[in-house]
Amino acid sequence: MDQKQDKAERPYADFPTLRNAAWARARKWIAGATFLLTVPAMASDGDPIKGEKLFKACKACHQVGANARNGVGPHLDGLFERPAGTLEGFKYSSAMKKLGSDGMVWNEFSLDLYLEKPREYVPGTRMSYRGMPDRQDRTHIIAYLRELSKAEPASEPEPETVTPEMGAVAMQIDGDMAYGEYLSSECVTCHQVSGRADGIPSIIGWPKKPFIRALFEYKTNVRSHQVMQNMTVNLGNEEIAALAAYFGSIDPQ
Amino acid sequence: MPNLTRRSFGLLVGAGATSLALPYYARAQGKPKVVVIGGGAGGATAARYMAKDAGEDLDVTLIEANPAYSTCFFSNLYLGGFRDFDSITHGYDTLSSNYGITVVNGMADAVDRDAKMVVMADGSKVPYDRLVVSPGIDLIYDSVPGYSEEAAEIMPHSWKAGPQTQLLKAKLDAIENGQQIVMVAPPNQYRCPPGPYERVSMMAHILKSKGLNDSKIVIIDPKPKFSKQALFQEGWDKHYPGMIEWYGPDVHGGIVKVDASTGEVETDLDTFQGDLVNVIPAQKAGMIASKAALTNDSGFCAIDPASMRSKEDDSIFIIGDACIAGDMPKSGFSANSQAKVAAMTIRGDLTGSRVFPAKYSNTCWSLIETNDGVKVGAQYAPTDEKIASTSKFISQTGEDAGLRQATYEESIGWYKGITTDMFGA
Repeated sequence: MDQKQDKAERPYADFPTLRNAAWARARKWIAGATFLLTVPAMASDGDPIKGEKLFKACKACHQVGANARNGVGPHLDGLFERPAGTLEGFKYSSAMKKLGSDGMVWNEFSLDLYLEKPREYVPGTRMSYRGMPDRQDRTHIIAYLRELSKAEPASEPEPETVTPEMGAVAMQIDGDMAYGEYLSSECVTCHQVSGRADGIPSIIGWPKKPFIRALFEYKTNVRSHQVMQNMTVNLGNEEIAALAAYFGSIDPQ
Repeated sequence: MPNLTRRSFGLLVGAGATSLALPYYARAQGKPKVVVIGGGAGGATAARYMAKDAGEDLDVTLIEANPAYSTCFFSNLYLGGFRDFDSITHGYDTLSSNYGITVVNGMADAVDRDAKMVVMADGSKVPYDRLVVSPGIDLIYDSVPGYSEEAAEIMPHSWKAGPQTQLLKAKLDAIENGQQIVMVAPPNQYRCPPGPYERVSMMAHILKSKGLNDSKIVIIDPKPKFSKQALFQEGWDKHYPGMIEWYGPDVHGGIVKVDASTGEVETDLDTFQGDLVNVIPAQKAGMIASKAALTNDSGFCAIDPASMRSKEDDSIFIIGDACIAGDMPKSGFSANSQAKVAAMTIRGDLTGSRVFPAKYSNTCWSLIETNDGVKVGAQYAPTDEKIASTSKFISQTGEDAGLRQATYEESIGWYKGITTDMFGA
């Protein structure tokens, strides 16, 4: 196997920024896959129908398919072969942007490793997902993404419409940034202002609507989390709008 | 005290008129000075927030006796082998380099409140316009007859993280099968209400994981009940059956004395012999608070619930374990929360920045056994009398393992979050 071919089949041969353990694991795994299959095609094992069901866990943050838009997470249209952290209009962590500028692209390999243990594969990622330990599940979801991500994303960002749902009043308020900054001091004891998700979700750089909706869902016990229910129970519309404005304005580090 | 603008404050201290005529660097030295005593969850947070939010408008000095700070929170996880000691120890370099805080490594010995100066142990003086006192606790050794600072070298308290914690860890790791551990739990009010019981859980975890099944842990408690009692007792029955015995005062009848030379804890009921005895005595505000005459008969400091301002002195704020915080427990989370109210109020005093209504929160996570985490927490708001709880929650008995694991993982995220919030990044 000459060096050029070697590199083509091992897309991370020149990829230095993975943490050592993840990198060692990746190399071992890729070496195995290469040996067995020569042309790695693990997504062919996946069932996109099963993948669609599994993707429900991702849908609160990620859209995929025709007219997908960025939400709490980036939309996933055109995902395959896209360099990491490069979708315009989304606030990525500096860790993710660094990977992209170092040449990492999204494909079966990188998605498989990232989805297994996101925080281990990309230390500093904003994605709060704990990971999908089952390898077969990952092949299903990657097969699903492979199909759906061929669609065209929406051309315009989502208009911030006011709908008769929870949080509609807060949506109409122009949040007081200074008040939001003070109130945020209560949140950043756990949620790091850098945007790092080390076991507690990143809450910076979110669009206004999902941020407000999330706080109302905690406040009304639609979402179950004791700390967040308790933190939001005394927040009014002014407070929620102020927090959305302040956290929404922060760029990840 | 009314809200002061920066200028009116300058006039009050008699420097405003002349400072305008001075060159820039001299005026810069005349900017309002805030001094913080104590670099823990309260003091480090207060210093960082004031420096971060006031920028060049405030001169912030942090006085801390130790060159690095080991957190009391998560020190039980070190005892249980879940963390190493380095991972709970933090330096002050970032506060100094990234936030422009003057970090003074030394012991504050007194406060000259009339002259508004902190007097250091070496005799040097640090002037302030506003002072934050966040010294944590001091131990009242003789609250347990026979106990003393010297006895603590044999029967460690380990209630201030540092060498005492490492001493307890060494003694715990040396326990052999059949040997007994005795804990003398503290009376209210003390730092970290669930802490003694999380510690017992971590001790039991070590005994169990080493197969020391004939060893026991006995808790002699001066209190008739304790924090998260149902959760701990459920967890002890589940994970460590027969290993932990808890005796309240109605059983042991009172603690007569401890004897470091024999390892005995004598109560009205019986004398308990420990190969390792962990004595956690009663507590009071750190010594500087009483030296500055900021404490009352309780040994702690009364504050205005809306601002954390001392009831004794308008220029002084007391936060963390040293203050009387109403319904808030003495915890790192509470201290961090109180620090933000104090920092905002002080900035309002000195720079005229906006002051918002105070709000406070706390959550205490405890680990019972691997991946079995529980939590208790509340929100608080000031009333005329005290900082009062407005809503609260607690983990439930019988929760499924997945939720308990998520709670534990959340506590790790919180540790990363709060230590970043204290020491900067």
